[in-house]
Amino acid sequence: MHEMGITQSILDASFTAAEKAGATRITEITVSIGELTEIVDFALQFAFESLTPGTMAEGATLVITMVPAKSLCRDCDIEYFHDRFEMLCPTCGGLNIEPLQGREMQIDSIEADDDTKE
Amino acid sequence: MHIDLAKPILDRNERLAAENRIRFDAAGVFVLDLMASPGAGKTSTILATIAALRERYRIAVIEGDIASKVDAEKVKAHGIPAVQINTGGACHLESDMIKRAVDTLALDELDLIIIENVGNLVCPTDFNLGEDAKVMILSVPEGHDKPYKYPGIFQISEAVILNKIDTMPVFDFNEEEFNGEVHTLNPKAPIFRIAATKGEGVAEWAEWLSARIDAKKAAAGAVAKADVDASDGGAA
Repeated sequence: MHEMGITQSILDASFTAAEKAGATRITEITVSIGELTEIVDFALQFAFESLTPGTMAEGATLVITMVPAKSLCRDCDIEYFHDRFEMLCPTCGGLNIEPLQGREMQIDSIEADDDTKE
Repeated sequence: MHIDLAKPILDRNERLAAENRIRFDAAGVFVLDLMASPGAGKTSTILATIAALRERYRIAVIEGDIASKVDAEKVKAHGIPAVQINTGGACHLESDMIKRAVDTLALDELDLIIIENVGNLVCPTDFNLGEDAKVMILSVPEGHDKPYKYPGIFQISEAVILNKIDTMPVFDFNEEEFNGEVHTLNPKAPIFRIAATKGEGVAEWAEWLSARIDAKKAAAGAVAKADVDASDGGAA
């Protein structure tokens, strides 16, 4: 539901970066999304396809890297991957845990061209 | 050409949230982001919390709704400052909306700000507002299976309020299962059982909140005192 606003934030930051680099067209945007966030990848793709026509990112590809959730058990000193439902340490079942990754919402990179030079 | 960005998508929201937080910290005001579905009893819980804490703390409320001033009017009727934010369709509050609302409040004259987020169990989860704690309410009629359906909000909340416990006899709500689900998703979150409109169980929740407000005030006081001591030292 909030993917439209999130996609607009992705595009705004990408346009700014591309223009600053002297590019006129964006061909690809790569983002990392943690699996513990409420962002749904297909909704992000849908919003991207809806918002890009008529912009410098028209026809661009959105590459979404989903980041799995990982935590550290401070008692066992082990790192483990988990889904969003079972976060407890798989070894001791304890809750002295620290989330390490899974809440990412990051624009990693963009691919851009300067069409005017071709 | 390849351009590396490594930039948070919600960069602007995060920056404004950090700015809000600096203002809240400087004023020593504790800020609560209260989240729940529409109809779970956010406003009733806020009114019950105000009744329990208004003798001890100076309170203001920021009401987030898609439209209308209904909630802010209800809070104001109790003599508590309230600011209404209308998101005009947006499904969650963002930190710039909070900044504009806070600009209209006398922060130095407050101990607690309660933000009532837009009724939604999904979108508010991903947006920092600069708050000290996110807390969610689930009401008994919504059903005990909600933690499985909306895990994100249960994980991000520091405490879970179970409201409308007085309706337990008429709904098929398995409280044991609910507690187990919440515990699995968020082992550290306490669950407060309340019936907001009847005042039942509100005291325990208010005590938890009160401890957090006091801790924040103590921290702000310690910083202010250190500043005074440092400037005294400089003068001597």
